[in-house]
Amino acid sequence: MASMLRIVNGRVYDPANGIDGEVRDICIQDGKIVDTVPADAPRIDAQGMVIMPGGVDIHSHIAGPKVNLARKLQPEDHRRDPHPGTDYTRSGSGGTVPSTFATGYRYATLGYTTVMEAAVTPIGARHTLEELHDTPVIDKGFYVLLGNNIFLQNLLRDGRYDDFRQAVAWWIDSTKAYTVKLVNPGGDEPWKGNRNANVKDIDEKSTSTNLTPRQVIEAFVKTVNELGLPHPVHVHCNNLGHSGNYKTTLETMKTAGDLRMHLAHIQFHSYGGEPGKNPDSKAAEIAEYVNSHPNITCDVGQVMFGKSTIMTADAPLAYVLRGFSKGKWVNADTECESGCGILPFSYQENIYMHALQWAIGLELFLLSADPWRIMLSTDHPNGGSFMSYPKLIRLLMDKEFRKEEIARVNNKAMDKCHLRELDREYTLNEIAIISRAAPARALGLKNKGHLGTGADADITIYDDHADRELMFNTPRYVIKSGNMIIQDHEFKGDHIGKVLHVVPEYDTSIAEIVRPFFEDYYSIEFDNYAVDDHYLHEHEIIPTLKS
Amino acid sequence: MSENIRTVKNATCTFCGCVCDDMELTVDMDEKRITKAKNACILGRAWFAEHVIENHPAAMIDGKEVSIEAAIEEAAQTLVKAKFPITYGLSDTTCEAQRQAVAITDIIHGTIDTTTSVCHGPSGLAFQGIGESTMTLGEVKNRADLVIFWGGNPAESHPRIFTRYAVTPKGMYIPNGKKDRTVVLVDVRKTPSTPVADIFLQVKPGKDFEMLWALRALVKGRRIDPDIEEITGISLATLNDLVDKMKNCRYGVLFFGMGLTMTRGRHFNSGALLALATDLNEFTHFVAKPVRGHGNVTGADNVVSWQTGYPFGVNFSLGYPRFNPGEFTTADTLSRGDADAALIIASDPASNFSKAAIDHLHKIPVITLDTKQTITSKLSHVAFSTATYGINTGGTVYRMDDVPITLRPAFDSPFPTDEEILTKIKKRVHELVLARRGSSGARGEAKVASTQLL
Repeated sequence: MASMLRIVNGRVYDPANGIDGEVRDICIQDGKIVDTVPADAPRIDAQGMVIMPGGVDIHSHIAGPKVNLARKLQPEDHRRDPHPGTDYTRSGSGGTVPSTFATGYRYATLGYTTVMEAAVTPIGARHTLEELHDTPVIDKGFYVLLGNNIFLQNLLRDGRYDDFRQAVAWWIDSTKAYTVKLVNPGGDEPWKGNRNANVKDIDEKSTSTNLTPRQVIEAFVKTVNELGLPHPVHVHCNNLGHSGNYKTTLETMKTAGDLRMHLAHIQFHSYGGEPGKNPDSKAAEIAEYVNSHPNITCDVGQVMFGKSTIMTADAPLAYVLRGFSKGKWVNADTECESGCGILPFSYQENIYMHALQWAIGLELFLLSADPWRIMLSTDHPNGGSFMSYPKLIRLLMDKEFRKEEIARVNNKAMDKCHLRELDREYTLNEIAIISRAAPARALGLKNKGHLGTGADADITIYDDHADRELMFNTPRYVIKSGNMIIQDHEFKGDHIGKVLHVVPEYDTSIAEIVRPFFEDYYSIEFDNYAVDDHYLHEHEIIPTLKS
Repeated sequence: MSENIRTVKNATCTFCGCVCDDMELTVDMDEKRITKAKNACILGRAWFAEHVIENHPAAMIDGKEVSIEAAIEEAAQTLVKAKFPITYGLSDTTCEAQRQAVAITDIIHGTIDTTTSVCHGPSGLAFQGIGESTMTLGEVKNRADLVIFWGGNPAESHPRIFTRYAVTPKGMYIPNGKKDRTVVLVDVRKTPSTPVADIFLQVKPGKDFEMLWALRALVKGRRIDPDIEEITGISLATLNDLVDKMKNCRYGVLFFGMGLTMTRGRHFNSGALLALATDLNEFTHFVAKPVRGHGNVTGADNVVSWQTGYPFGVNFSLGYPRFNPGEFTTADTLSRGDADAALIIASDPASNFSKAAIDHLHKIPVITLDTKQTITSKLSHVAFSTATYGINTGGTVYRMDDVPITLRPAFDSPFPTDEEILTKIKKRVHELVLARRGSSGARGEAKVASTQLL
């Protein structure tokens, strides 16, 4: 692969730079976008094609302990979907939880070049980095689970906010994480310590720490903003999936005040109705709040019909879902840090709940006033595989197709939402925002999600099919860091992506405050806990907002 | 003893699946041996003390010393020539080496299997059917007030599981250690582990499944006939008492060993136990954990799973991974006489497989990587001596509860690591496979574009 390239005649969608379908040249040199390259540089003629930055997935589950348990759990899911190798790519297996190699290559086949793993236990960080090393093509990073961390909660309980901030930073640095993830804060202790109970309300006090989820969330929002992490705290709210949970979601967003907060898979948190009964849609209320609060970003967590795999640090939720099928189920407790639940799942068009979830996700997209803040995700593989993104894009761009799909699903669910009334169709520019530019901006990745000078040369070129599902399923070219990965729909090369992580400033003496707790309550030695640099392989430190 | 003494703190013992990472090793750097292993159990002390650098060729072909390069060339040629090459072992080496072994097998369209298939393989199958409520070992230390060991003798196989993780340690919610726990042992005979238990239940041999199934029924409130005592050797009253204890504990744990997985019933036994733990979550928090043997067998499961989707018994002959234990597991590929070359890493199947399997190993070219001379290495066409993980090499191992730990080597070995040898073999087989495909014209262009990534 030559180190220079000029792409000519294509229509460019680069919303971060205000370019909406103009025909213009894109030049690449040494893995970066440049203003120009010499006239004799190799060319791609993109006549009739659409050029976008490589896709950026802000919330996905692709690597680490829970993902690997889910892989091991489902040979049946792999068997029907093998992923053959080529002379220069490794083989693997697919399904809703593909093997590492298949994950990287399949994201690439959709034109995605950056993916964030959204939930990793600190003690599982080393495992996650090993898997990410074996996940080719894409750049990647992960969010570390700190919302049920016992040591951190003890600091909060004792009012030691400065130590808390230092310790959060220490955990980010020690695990090579990108930001902090909170999952059902306050929910682990009742699950593990009180016969599988759960926290029900954002203002319910924990019997062990006397803290409410709201206090925990507030502390993390404040701390992550103070540390200047490029992406704010990434929150999976309490009460996921439960009827009436939109109130919890609104209250969670309010705790941020005017500070930055990202809400994960907000579709799963937008339900009205009474707990224990069928929900109705509160997409309008949630969208309204997000629309009017520019400090909030979120990804949708769209449900797509068909096979999925539930994998979550929200163990009580997975147990509730397991109760419907009584099928195979994994629970995995991580000492002092997290819970985890895994089970195979499938969303069915004829089931009220599933159809309503599908509709609420679409409503959130269609009611969004600012595509920069409501982003595309399926919470892969929870709402469905990332491989269903092209179909989701078609649902957003093609209202006739959407009508056909609405006609196929549970009608009572459609009566309990407003999807039928929404005529909006996303433009290519808006798709480029929700799948590239917005996630890159929300992540603070200045060199991703756009095609301006100095950006990473992560580029996808699509044939401009009227069928948007076909179009987004089959990019003609995918270029990663200037390397031609897919050319004329065929793999032409391989690439090891980078690990993206953050090294916040902190007082390293905090380690000696953490140490005694480890000696008492962890089962590995404190000095063996922090992940050393060689697990990073190719990596890039993304600067904090302070530096 | 020389003056040249080094101390390695927080070193890791890779002898068993406990993977204790609190070793303090005293190393005589001149003699190249570990003179003291503080905190190690009796097995760990032997593991460290008996490790010396043997005066032995680094590479041999048919018993004759050769250069490492020549052996790598011969190994690669042998593997590429074979129509049904198998890779086996892997549980006593690092994850970094395991990754290379899977890559080689993928490239040569071979079959890969680990020692899991002859130990907790049935638990892996049960996992696929039932799932598993499980935990890291620190949860046991912090929370478990009921600990049940079933079908194992940890006092002799995993000595520190009692003292470091599961019986005596004081934890967050178990302030008095053993006093706050009830320990139950279920086994077919009394063993050195029995004295640790508050309650010992001697099940009749081969009746584990029946006892587990009866417990499941009782947990669900079903009636069990008193003749269960004749069947299992355990009275109904005792079973009812155990069920009460299980339902009423705060955090219950079922550890299980090869007494379940390698006796009649196999994955049914493991499955019954995992299902029992799952059922109990209707009443309280309950978890289960197979007590894994080799130091990094859990790493092997993880690496093979993340690279292929399946934990062991994986075949690539169609160019992608397929899983079929019984067909692609090594004991079967060998005893059927299918394999026509074998790459054996850190394992000695010729010492413990069936006669039919061992006979077949004698008939085919075998390539071994091992730290010591073994029966398998002695029958090998190509034999590499490699450095010992955790003593001479760094790298990553996974404890039985999937917690990864980085090794801290004590002293250098003159021998290369498994990872180094396997990486070189991988590069060479890749070249040979591409050359073969290129010469027949297939995918020639692809060869040109090939990068080093594989």
